Amino acid sequence: MIQENSQIVLSVKDLTANVDGTEILKGVNLEIRAGEIHAIMGPNGSGKSTFSKILAGHPAYEVTGGEVIFEGENLLELEPEDRARSGVFLAFQYPLEIPGVSNLDFLRVAYNSKRKAQGLEEIDTFDFDDLIEEKLEVVKMDSAFLERSLNEGFSGGEKKRNEILQMALLEPKLGILDETDSGLDIDALKIVANGVNQLTTPENATLMITHYQRLLDYIIPDYVHVMAKGRIIKSGGKELALELESRGYDWILEDLVEVGV
Amino acid sequence: MTIQVSPSPVPNSSTADKFASAVLDKDVDLSNLLKTVENLSLSGSVKSKLPWLQEVRENAAKWVHYSSIPTTREEEWRFTNLSELRNIEFSAIGGQINSLEEIDTLPETAESRLVFVNGVYSADLSQVKGLPDGLTLSNLANLPDTGREKVKRHLAQSEGSSEVFTALNTAGIQDIAVVLVSKNVVVDTPISLVYLSVGNEENSFITQPRCLVVAESGSQVSFIEEFRNCDNPLGVKRSDRQNTDQQLKNKTQEEKTYFCNAVTEIWVGENAGVNHTRIVLEGSAAFHIGKTAVTQERYSRYTTHAVTIGGKLSRHNLEVLQNGEQTETTLNGLSVIFDKQLADTHSAIALNYPHGVTNQLHKTIVGDRAAGVFNGKVFVPKPAQLTNAAQLNRNLLLSPKAKVDTKPQLEITADNVKCAHGATVSQLEDDEIFYLQSRGIDQDAARHLLINAFAGEIIDKIPVVSLKEKLMETVKSISG
Repeated sequence: MIQENSQIVLSVKDLTANVDGTEILKGVNLEIRAGEIHAIMGPNGSGKSTFSKILAGHPAYEVTGGEVIFEGENLLELEPEDRARSGVFLAFQYPLEIPGVSNLDFLRVAYNSKRKAQGLEEIDTFDFDDLIEEKLEVVKMDSAFLERSLNEGFSGGEKKRNEILQMALLEPKLGILDETDSGLDIDALKIVANGVNQLTTPENATLMITHYQRLLDYIIPDYVHVMAKGRIIKSGGKELALELESRGYDWILEDLVEVGV
Repeated sequence: MTIQVSPSPVPNSSTADKFASAVLDKDVDLSNLLKTVENLSLSGSVKSKLPWLQEVRENAAKWVHYSSIPTTREEEWRFTNLSELRNIEFSAIGGQINSLEEIDTLPETAESRLVFVNGVYSADLSQVKGLPDGLTLSNLANLPDTGREKVKRHLAQSEGSSEVFTALNTAGIQDIAVVLVSKNVVVDTPISLVYLSVGNEENSFITQPRCLVVAESGSQVSFIEEFRNCDNPLGVKRSDRQNTDQQLKNKTQEEKTYFCNAVTEIWVGENAGVNHTRIVLEGSAAFHIGKTAVTQERYSRYTTHAVTIGGKLSRHNLEVLQNGEQTETTLNGLSVIFDKQLADTHSAIALNYPHGVTNQLHKTIVGDRAAGVFNGKVFVPKPAQLTNAAQLNRNLLLSPKAKVDTKPQLEITADNVKCAHGATVSQLEDDEIFYLQSRGIDQDAARHLLINAFAGEIIDKIPVVSLKEKLMETVKSISG
């Protein structure tokens, strides 16, 4: 939802980044305000997943220039865990399987480390159980998943639901969904999208990274950006996504060539 | 050491003499060790109760006399170099324990505990009360008359008794932790056997814990063996690891070493069940060589959880003979080692009857410049049809200089069996740590979570809660 004069949550200016010496981001500019839902679309290899991982602080990427201000703070100076604690959440495209770490323990440790960072007392096991039961509703997950090892043996859809469950629990200021719709059948997609929609408020913001327009039928974006060759080359409203769906990316890329970018 | 599937007699003088002519490579260092343990004489009361024991000792001594300390040229010891052991002069004199508080015992076994200090039974530290009828838990001197015959029938009768370190132990038997469970008796209380090694400042010493467990048909029992050092109950402390190499070297030179040469024989009767937890928390300068020899009759179940954390060099020879059909063996193992520690597990399971089941999971966490060794033999000869055997060895390396040598070794000649084995070596993945970090968990906590999860898979199976917690704490503190 676009609101007059709402607070700027994320401001990215001229961000450039390398991985293994190859330049992937070549000057990204983006501003997201509270209450807004943004979608970044683009062809494979455009740098959109890299962008999401850099925001979360993945160590494999080297930021070479530009700035990222999150709620007035230089995000790039923070460790990944501190970014998470201050309200950045990345829902992974490929959530990792961690055998031996129970989903429930993991969720509790994550929740308590956020509380600790906020100067709050850790929540005890019983109160946490009540809290998590409530959150399970958001993604219609069975509590049996809590006893299992984190993501181990989960189906693709279950993993994505588990990501949204974590998001529901940690209540981030900025939720970044990296290809959350890929590999999901339509029923799973509806559940995940419905979960995300329940979590959006006028105070937080959502950034969706996606290859497909389909997700945007269920989570309606306020802004759509097209990323190609490490830059955001076109921005528009939700109708841009429909145009991309029917015409593909080539016409934008051709426009680019014409203006000599 | 391979298990022979056919029964072989205890060494007697004639076989030992025959053996003598074949072995020319006599090792003087072993003679010294043998002399040291032979000098530990039997007490008068044990002698009068078990008049045959001296002969068993002497027969074993003959085997030792013509054996030598294995070298890395021998396949069974390829990765575990005992040369240091040759150069140390071990006496039989250890140190004294100062106070009872030094013993950190398990509440679950408060009244079912035997404690041996440097091989000598400690009446003060042991506590045996209110045990069910049909369970004997005792050292040799206090052994009730009813137990004498059973001890005689089983002691030093396991396959592989002539193996050099087993025979060395037998040659110096002074006392034994004896657990006898009569027919159809189910013991609910777990039993604790603690072997403490206490050093002194003057000399290195050898200690030889010995244990005999006989679970008669239809019985059930769970027991825990702890091989521990008082000065350093955690084995290796994290603070040591952060010192420079030179400091470490100095420390090792100062600290007197000891050699714990342990043997545990377990006889699982028909349809009986034995649950065995074995914890090695020796001191950081210690050598530990331990044998667990298990003989299982048909329909019986044996489960072990063997955890090695302490010790400079430790070797566990775990040998199971399935002596009847439909026998089930479960071997769980975990070694957690740092510094320059070496932990070696050599297991051998010999099946010889139909419908045998074996399940083995051995895990190793190796940090710094430590080395893990695993060799797992499973023999499935022709008669062992319809065997279901699974073996998995998983290793987690925490540093670039950590090392693991693993060798699954299945020898299968039966044609209608299901056998699986595998070995994996991995590191803590950056992506896994990042995933946890991205949820607000700091890097250190993420690392701990992953290491604990790896170790927890084995530790969680231990049936005594307080021990589980203690071990998880220990793993956490040393992998810091």
